[in-house]
Amino acid sequence: MKTKTLKHLLSLFTVLFIGVAFFGCNSQSELGSNSDAAQKVYVAPGEYDEYYGFFSGGFNGQMGVYGLPSGRHIYTIPVFSQAPVNGYGYNEETKAMLETSYGFIPWGDAHHPELSQTNGEIDGRYIFINENNTPRLAKIDLKSFQTTEIIEIPNSAGNHASPFVTQNTEYISAATRFSIPLDDTDVPINSYKKNFQGTISFIKLQDDGSMKLDFQLLVPGFNYDLSHSGKGPSHGWSFFTSYNSEEAHTLLEINASKNDKDFIAAVNWKKAAEYAAAGKGEMVKADYRRNYYDHDKHMAYSEKHTEVRVLDPSELEGIIYYLPTPKSPHGVDVTPDGKLIVAGGKLSTVIPVHSFDKMIKAIENEEFEGEVYGIPVLKYESILAGEVENPGLGPLHTEFDGKGNAYTTAFITSEIVKWSLETFEVLDRIDTYYSPGHLMIPGGDTRKPDGKYLVALNKITKDRYLPTGPEMFHSAQLIDISGDKMKLLLDFPTEGEPHYAQAVKAELLMKDQVRFYKLAENNHPYVTRSESETKVVRDGKTVHVYMTSIRSHFTPDNIEGIEIGDKVYFHVTNLEQDWDVPHGFAVQGARTAEILIMPGETRTLVWEPQKVGVQPFYCTDFCSALHQEMQGYVRVSPAGSNTPIKYSTGK
Amino acid sequence: MKILKTILVTALLLTVACGGGDTKKDASDNKAAKSTSESGLSAFQLEHGIGPITEVITASGTDAAMIKKGEDIFVMNCSACHKVGERYIGPDVQDIIDRRSPTYMMNMILNPDEMVKKHPEARKVLAEFLAPMPNQNLSQEDARAVVEYLVSLKK
Repeated sequence: MKTKTLKHLLSLFTVLFIGVAFFGCNSQSELGSNSDAAQKVYVAPGEYDEYYGFFSGGFNGQMGVYGLPSGRHIYTIPVFSQAPVNGYGYNEETKAMLETSYGFIPWGDAHHPELSQTNGEIDGRYIFINENNTPRLAKIDLKSFQTTEIIEIPNSAGNHASPFVTQNTEYISAATRFSIPLDDTDVPINSYKKNFQGTISFIKLQDDGSMKLDFQLLVPGFNYDLSHSGKGPSHGWSFFTSYNSEEAHTLLEINASKNDKDFIAAVNWKKAAEYAAAGKGEMVKADYRRNYYDHDKHMAYSEKHTEVRVLDPSELEGIIYYLPTPKSPHGVDVTPDGKLIVAGGKLSTVIPVHSFDKMIKAIENEEFEGEVYGIPVLKYESILAGEVENPGLGPLHTEFDGKGNAYTTAFITSEIVKWSLETFEVLDRIDTYYSPGHLMIPGGDTRKPDGKYLVALNKITKDRYLPTGPEMFHSAQLIDISGDKMKLLLDFPTEGEPHYAQAVKAELLMKDQVRFYKLAENNHPYVTRSESETKVVRDGKTVHVYMTSIRSHFTPDNIEGIEIGDKVYFHVTNLEQDWDVPHGFAVQGARTAEILIMPGETRTLVWEPQKVGVQPFYCTDFCSALHQEMQGYVRVSPAGSNTPIKYSTGK
Repeated sequence: MKILKTILVTALLLTVACGGGDTKKDASDNKAAKSTSESGLSAFQLEHGIGPITEVITASGTDAAMIKKGEDIFVMNCSACHKVGERYIGPDVQDIIDRRSPTYMMNMILNPDEMVKKHPEARKVLAEFLAPMPNQNLSQEDARAVVEYLVSLKK
């Protein structure tokens, strides 16, 4: 009996082993076992992740915050889209953030998160993100994880090559994906070559932290795609990929893929900034907004701007040089030492790597193969440092580990390829599931990469998770890059479409976090700092309710004298002064989102009652054991009934 | 086949048993912690509360400037729940000095979460009023001013 059992046990283990070896771990073939990977990504209950990961939400217009290595989704920062979850873009305080020259826009297409840098290293102050559809650029304050500024980019369409920061965040850049007739003229589309142009914009981060559109460069009508700034020796330069040097205006799939080489625009932004400071170029009419959030008043404001300085590089020498690059280059990435410029030519069979030193020498020696619209084109052979052979098909983006290696995504062959910055030889490759666009290494585009993990941001999900009908979240994959061989550790789903992500050691951001707003410092125009200040004030058809909330009651919680036809502003101040005690507010029939009010903050919900009767309101965020008691009533009388204004709590 | 099943079931049982063992251990740990806290408060803590104030302070309720400052802070941070001369969400504060030492008031203001968990008096008040006192994150200086104001309320 005993031997028989043993025999059975043995065969059971054999079956298990074969099962695991051949089926269970097919995607983890590089690892000893699943439990190795599990241990590396396991963050015990109550423990923190090592990194904050900031993932663009793509077409959800927001930014997702994920803990790494666990892949846990820990927060979503509302940026370019209204967020009913907390009222961002719905309430009176934040609506102005979404104002544009086209009016109020409730949605945006968020693409590339970019952490601010000092001396080429992540400094933990801000994270920026661009909006593609209505060209804009947002700044998020990492003390509060709140969007505090959004600037619109005029003379632009499809703000894709954005927002990339210079070494000390002197500037944040933006560039047009779509070239357009710049002065909004009504011209035939087939007059593209004659009338269409692009722009590259430089937004200055001023000493007080606010953004200013400093100048724009007029560039030929190609499609500008992505960018990165130089660092170290190449500090002062920025590099922008372009495609469609054919200047096609229809069926770009074929017509923009004809030329052997397109261009990387090497922009000497320091020189351009000097020209701008000296008053060169011209101020042209423009229509754009700068929206900012005033923490003192807990309120956003929208500022109208009417002109911008435009510099023409065909007239002002030394601002732009074109680096010929095969073939429809997408990403452009600068090595941590600032010496090499790596291009992801998405239709190319090699990865071309340009040398910054050679570029400077070629400029000095005027090794030009010609010029395009007055911009000198450097000779490919003069600037090339080398080509990476056999990098996989569809190379898009490259990041670095700070240990002499580069990692490039190959979209078509669905893999990540690791190669040496010294020999340009491929060292390792790993399959991803499926079709990676960007990839991210914490600090991987800075002078100090943290080469422990890599995240592949895959465009196709297919069979990776439980199916959810035709639409699925995108898949991200965490890969261990600490050793010679890359090892797949974890799949995790991400909201929207994370085009790009950046990550930073959590300890850098944790120390300065805001936990609540000080009531005494709340200067909102309708703040109510104590219950004794609560009131209901009628001004014609407008009624202002100055309300407070604290666990677990509103003051006032009985309101009478509201009539049909009134516009009622509920200004609710949360009197709590402790971390993580928000209160919510919703009133029946309100045709907007709830407001979620952080401790010490004031938020305003507008309500235009439509039905006579008594309407309830309540706290939407479970706040205490008596949360279900946190409620009130508003009496709504017919129009013109002159029911006197009356309000109270506990009476 | 039957034996295989038996092995699997045994393995499952073992896993469950392991899990169960852990839970049991946690429960007994909690019990131990609870009994120490019930009997573990020092005489100082019983009289003056648990928190950052570990030495007896006195408050006369006569410093006019401090009373004014304390009243302003009280109105903004406390009056949503505490009324003077009236029981409301929390206890009436009119004669609080008859029930609590100034030091106790300080610790209750500065450390309410731990107080309502561990201090028998604070627990008793919570059981009666049901709404736990929020931490309004006052500085020690501001809390001291509030205490001066509270002491001054005594009729």
